[in-house]
Amino acid sequence: MPDHSPIQYVAKNMRLDLRLIAEMIPEGARVLDIGCGDGALMAHLAAEKQADARGIEIDMQAATEAVSQGLAVIHGDADNDLKHYPDGAFDYVILSRTLQAVEKPQEVLAQMLRIGRHAIVSFPNFGHWQVRWRLLTTGRMPNTDTWNTPWYRTPNIHPCTILDFFDLAAKDGYVVERWLAVDERGLKAPWRRSVRLANLFGEQALVQLRRG
Amino acid sequence: MVAPFPQVEHQRVVLPEGLTLDCNVTIAPLAIAYRTYGRLNAARSNAVLICHALTGDQYVAETQPVTGKPGWWSNLVGPGLPVDTDRFFVICANVLGGCMGSTGPREPRTDGKGAPGDLWGTDFPTVTIRDMVRAQKKLVEQLGIERLLAVIGGSMGGMQVLEWAAEYPEAVFAAAPIACAAHHSAQNIAFHEVGRAAIHADPAWRGGRYWTDGTIPAQGLSVARMVAHITYLSEAALTRKFGRKLQGASAVTFLEDVFQVESYLRHQGSTFVRRFDANSYLTITRAMDYFDLANERGSVAAAFRGTDTRFFVASFSSDWLFPTSESRALVRALNAAAARVSFVEITTDKGHDAFLLDEPEFHRALGGFLSGAARELRV
Repeated sequence: MPDHSPIQYVAKNMRLDLRLIAEMIPEGARVLDIGCGDGALMAHLAAEKQADARGIEIDMQAATEAVSQGLAVIHGDADNDLKHYPDGAFDYVILSRTLQAVEKPQEVLAQMLRIGRHAIVSFPNFGHWQVRWRLLTTGRMPNTDTWNTPWYRTPNIHPCTILDFFDLAAKDGYVVERWLAVDERGLKAPWRRSVRLANLFGEQALVQLRRG
Repeated sequence: MVAPFPQVEHQRVVLPEGLTLDCNVTIAPLAIAYRTYGRLNAARSNAVLICHALTGDQYVAETQPVTGKPGWWSNLVGPGLPVDTDRFFVICANVLGGCMGSTGPREPRTDGKGAPGDLWGTDFPTVTIRDMVRAQKKLVEQLGIERLLAVIGGSMGGMQVLEWAAEYPEAVFAAAPIACAAHHSAQNIAFHEVGRAAIHADPAWRGGRYWTDGTIPAQGLSVARMVAHITYLSEAALTRKFGRKLQGASAVTFLEDVFQVESYLRHQGSTFVRRFDANSYLTITRAMDYFDLANERGSVAAAFRGTDTRFFVASFSSDWLFPTSESRALVRALNAAAARVSFVEITTDKGHDAFLLDEPEFHRALGGFLSGAARELRV
């Protein structure tokens, strides 16, 4: 497994998984942040890494906020807007905590790796022991810190486990360049040498892929 | 009989070499009426060009001399406003073919034909949006500016912004096409044709030679404005403002009842003819109809391939003249060209006109975009 250098810079108000992602982006990279929200990661990458950062955000309020800060953000979504970008337009295409909410995750991943050399995907792990335990003991859809919306209201229509995700990556011929499982507070989990353990104890996964 | 609106003095440059138009006719000399606000900095890097819409003019941020009304974008352009004239040198020119001092149908003809003192009238050559932009480029060069920090415009002004960015990418650091599209749609052309037909059908138009005896086709031009004005609003806005309310009565009597919305439209029509020239209206609506950015360029994406210009595209949710779908198509074409683009759709019930009105979210987003561009250029 690749090495992970410690967090060098902690941006205020930046979600923890975004900090981890920011660490993975080299200087001057061309980056597309899908689901960029108000552009916190983009602003950080532009300021700290001199990145050429672009963003897509589905929520109009957040998109307007990002644009008002002078960021290159468009209102749009992963399912419909990626296909319009040319091949290899970006070095890194980021999809943070959004894969489980898109209409066609497999297609979105394929588009990400068409328009970008690398894809960075973070998603909540449905294989976490608490999820398994709730389902087993209560017989109901799990309600945890991560999975906290009732089934009839959740935007997360395609939950998957870390193992599921790795299977899809293998099936579609992607190479996992690095991966990491973290708990909800963003602390790196110590079981990163074992996917099976990560799949049981990691609340979120962060994976970097490239085309095979 | 309604008389033409008075001729007033406009600030303008006259370029003796003139301009060769898309239709291959050369107009010389070329006059461009314009206004500027703020100060050009020493590096000449803070110039912002504003492009006006179909019936707009160069008086973007000051009292319009003919109507006495405030500038059409005075809520956006001025000291401390999103287009801050304390920071930026703002230029706005009357379009080629317009009637506020630039070369157009209401100006004396310069092709040596007709009697001395004749106006161009309907003999004014066909102009395109690109011709308007070429004329503006000459003005900008005349002012000693090589690269504009930004070109901003809504509706037909947005079309000019797109032509600027496609034709002179190196001269446009940032571009803000607002409430527009990469081509004029069939529906838009259709509405324009109704307006033109109304002007043509007015006996006072007299084949376009109404100016010979100092009258105007007020009826036709007014109807054209009324039709167009409906397209600038939304059903929701009309309902909110007027509903089915009657003018000066509380119940329908079936005797010459006038709905408030009718009275409003008539007012719009009758004030418009006191500030706009019918032949100019014909010329400019045609220019809009001809607008198709992909024409001669293969596609919209091809028009912008390799561009370094940053774009800010904005649409308004209730605009059915230039609906969001057309702005989105433009954004996708810009993405295909790997251009740097921001895009927002502003939620409003005010229709196409929203781009001129007080829309705080729009103003904040445009201001943020412009400030971002200025930061990058260290203005």
